[in-house]
Amino acid sequence: MIIENSEIVLSIRDLKAEVDGTPILKGVNLDIRHGEIHAIMGPNGSGKSTLSKVLAGHPTYDVTGGEVIFQGQNLLEMEPEQRARAGVFLAFQYPFEIPGVSNLDFLRVAYNSKRKAQGLEEVDAFDFDELIEEKLEVVKMDPAFLSRSVNEGFSGGEKKRNEILQMALLEPKVAILDETDSGLDIDALKIVASGVNQLANPENATIMITHYQRLLNYIVPDYIHVMARGRILTSGGKELALELENKGYDWVLEQFAEVVA
Amino acid sequence: MSLDVSPSSISSALMDRDAFLTGLVETINAASTVSDKAFLKEVRQSAVNWVRHTTLPTTRDEEWRFTDISSLKQHQFTLGKRVELSISEITTLPETDGARLVFVNGLYSSQLSSVGNLSDGVVVTSLENLSDNLSDRLPQYLAQAEGNQEVFTALNTAGLTDAAVIWVSKNVVIENPIHILFINTEAQSPNIYQQRCLVVAESGSQVSLIEEFRNHLNTETKETKVYFSNAVTEIWVEENAQVNHVRVAREGDEAFHVGKTAVTQARYSRYSCNAITFGGKFSRHNLEIFQIGEQTETTLNGLTMIKDNQLADTHSALFLNHPYGNSRQLQKCIIDDKAHAVFNGKVFVPKQAQLTDAGQLNRNLLLSSKARIDTKPQLEIIADNVKCAHGATVSQLEDDEIFYLQSRGIDETAARHLLINAFAAEIINQLPIDSLKQSLTEFVSAQNV
Repeated sequence: MIIENSEIVLSIRDLKAEVDGTPILKGVNLDIRHGEIHAIMGPNGSGKSTLSKVLAGHPTYDVTGGEVIFQGQNLLEMEPEQRARAGVFLAFQYPFEIPGVSNLDFLRVAYNSKRKAQGLEEVDAFDFDELIEEKLEVVKMDPAFLSRSVNEGFSGGEKKRNEILQMALLEPKVAILDETDSGLDIDALKIVASGVNQLANPENATIMITHYQRLLNYIVPDYIHVMARGRILTSGGKELALELENKGYDWVLEQFAEVVA
Repeated sequence: MSLDVSPSSISSALMDRDAFLTGLVETINAASTVSDKAFLKEVRQSAVNWVRHTTLPTTRDEEWRFTDISSLKQHQFTLGKRVELSISEITTLPETDGARLVFVNGLYSSQLSSVGNLSDGVVVTSLENLSDNLSDRLPQYLAQAEGNQEVFTALNTAGLTDAAVIWVSKNVVIENPIHILFINTEAQSPNIYQQRCLVVAESGSQVSLIEEFRNHLNTETKETKVYFSNAVTEIWVEENAQVNHVRVAREGDEAFHVGKTAVTQARYSRYSCNAITFGGKFSRHNLEIFQIGEQTETTLNGLTMIKDNQLADTHSALFLNHPYGNSRQLQKCIIDDKAHAVFNGKVFVPKQAQLTDAGQLNRNLLLSSKARIDTKPQLEIIADNVKCAHGATVSQLEDDEIFYLQSRGIDETAARHLLINAFAAEIINQLPIDSLKQSLTEFVSAQNV
């Protein structure tokens, strides 16, 4: 939701990044305010996923220019775990499987890492069980998934639900959903979208990265940005999605041919 | 099969070619008390003769290609003596109180053992204390497993004085695991300790055992010293019986450990082994399964975790000689620093073993660029209607996996711990005793600080 005079929670300024010497992000600018839902759309290879990974601190990407201010702090100077504890959350496009670590233990360790960083007491197994029961509701997840190894043998939809469960638990200030809708059937998509909608509130913000307009029928964005060749080329309201759906991305590229050249 | 080699039949020129081995066999044979049981004298003598006709293996032997045991020869070993320890000095498993045999330096300790809580129909004792009735049946089992014409097995038999004996009568089901603890003390001069274990699960019976080898530090010096632990365990799983076996080797930092587990499986029997190797400068586990009837099930899991300059070798061999055999094997190794692990997994499926289903997987996690694994699946399949699969993987901790955990607020060190513990947990979590799981998990965690 767009809130008047809402504070900027995340400010991306002229962000440039490369991988193995190849520039991928070529100057991204974006301000996100509390309460807002942003969608970043764009063709394959536009740098959408790179942006999400750079924000989360993936070591493969080298930031070569610009800055990212998150709640007044220089985000790029923080370790990935510090970013997470401070309230940046990335829902992965391909969540990793961790055989041998139970989902419940994983969630508890993650939750307690954040509590510790906030100077709060760690939650014991007993209290945690109660807390997680509540959170399971958000994504309608069967408690049986808690005793299974993290993501091991989960279907695509189950993995994505597990990501949203983690988001529900960690209550981030900025959640970045990287292609959370890809590979989901319509029922799973509805559950995941409903989870995201339940978690959105005036105190946080959401960035959805997606190929498809379909997701935006279930999570309605306040702003849509079109990304191509490492830059955000144009931005608009939710109606922009329909235009993209009808006309594809080519018109954007043509219109901004000079910028991307 | 007995070791039937009479000295007169072989030219004396072929005897005592290996001075080190001859010295060793004399040491163990002279010093140990020979039981008055005629059968024991006989198996010992034939083993002595056999050892005197062989030599220590070298890396030119296929079975020892990656595992150089020549450093054993740098030490002169004397036979370990009885050392009295108090129960407070050793680590037992609370869950197995009343079902525990303890041997110190290969010698039975009645003081540390605790066998007051056993069901009817199971005998847990030392060879010396075995009833006449069962003693009379020993010639059928003790030192009778296939593959005993192997230098270290024969060396053990050559010095055979006492042994742990677990004997489960027909159709008896033992719920609680039995703990067999072999403690080896760190002595000032290099000692050889020989441990022996015999398990007989009669038809229709069921039993779990935890066999553990661990060093005992001198309480004053706290030093680790060179010793040589040479163990042999023979397990007989008779028709439709089941044996669940856990084998944990946590020897001292300077120790040599060579262990043989020889399992004979009769038809419809089930055997599972979880073998954990942590300690020791040099360890070798020879795990041999001989199928003597159809439709057996065999599960072999192993976890090796080594660092520094440790070497740990697991050689398994499954001889599936009958139809409808089913085997599953998972061997995992975590290797750090300059440590070196070896896995050789043989599976023999001759023509008559139709409809065998055998699967083998070896997964290795290398934590340093100098760590080394030699892995060799060895399947010899003659039968044409069988399902046999094998695989080996070698990996490092993936940056992406660590990043995934970091992105959830877990720092890099904790993330590495979590992943290594998880790799080990797949095996450790299968163990039947919580206190053992916990102590092994703590060991794994302590290794990667």
